Amino acid sequence: MTEPEIEVLRRRQRERARIMALLLGAFVVLLFFITIAKIGLNW
Amino acid sequence: MSSASISETALPADWRDLLALTKPRVMSLVVFTALCGLLVAPVMPPLALGLTAILCIAIGAGACGALNQWYEADIDSRMRRTANRPLPGGRMDRAAALQFGVGLAVFSVLLMGLATNWLAGVLLAVSILFYVLIYTVWLKPRTAQNIVIGGAAGAFPPLIGWVAATGEMAVLPWLLFAIIFLWTPPHFWALSLFVRSDYANAGIPMLPVVAGVQTTRRQVFLYSMPMAAAAIAPWPLGLTGSLYGIAASLLSLIFVALTLPVLANRATEPKAMAPEKRLFGFSVFYLFALFTALVADRWLA
Repeated sequence: MTEPEIEVLRRRQRERARIMALLLGAFVVLLFFITIAKIGLNW
Repeated sequence: MSSASISETALPADWRDLLALTKPRVMSLVVFTALCGLLVAPVMPPLALGLTAILCIAIGAGACGALNQWYEADIDSRMRRTANRPLPGGRMDRAAALQFGVGLAVFSVLLMGLATNWLAGVLLAVSILFYVLIYTVWLKPRTAQNIVIGGAAGAFPPLIGWVAATGEMAVLPWLLFAIIFLWTPPHFWALSLFVRSDYANAGIPMLPVVAGVQTTRRQVFLYSMPMAAAAIAPWPLGLTGSLYGIAASLLSLIFVALTLPVLANRATEPKAMAPEKRLFGFSVFYLFALFTALVADRWLA
């Protein structure tokens, strides 16, 4: 692997890791609100 | 590329390419019709569950887009319109696209079932399987009737939205299904008339390629009739008010009127297909306007 390719690899890994963290965080928040809504429906 | 370098597909896919794999523009129409199906339902679910249902339908549509592009990567590489997509563009590994698509599909169905109800989850699974297996794999490469039957896949979202809210089926969501089902052929055939050479190069048996442009124009006109009937039907059936009825009648009248110049056109070159391009553009607006009128009618009544 050349230097520029390693740089591209690292950049993509960083970007994907950030997006994955954001999506997982959003999913946890969503699950919280789904649970609250289900409790409200006496599920 | 030198022997020391690696190919683009060996790198992890760029997130923008993963997003492009989900066909976000197609998703917008799916999300909109699903939202309308949910908003016109007689029971309004809690906000979090309603949003989750729409999210699941959007993710399911994204899964369909990804699996469609995974399966059609070779075909896409032969069409100008699609040659720069992530897979034919050589920016992504095919296996990654398959895993991404299957992952999204499973996630969307499970979340839909757990958050709303399992009838909605099953319908979402059926719509994804229908789009991928019946339309993409089976019908599209084999028959000119591909989008007539395959159109059912795109007709599911308002039905799923309704079922996610109520937990049961009813006549109105099935009529919404019928509207999109009957709208799909004139919408897609109008497009396929002016991108005919693309489909021919890719070996896709779209109607203009197989039966010719004049037959396609006739079919566009003929299909607009039952489409208009299905669009207006909720009004005389007493399922909607006059706001929707008048809007549906006017919009359908314009739609049918726009098919007449298409029917009269004899051009075979895309440059001279202004009526077809106009009809295609209006057909997108038609569906948005029709469903907006439906929601307005329900909420203003």
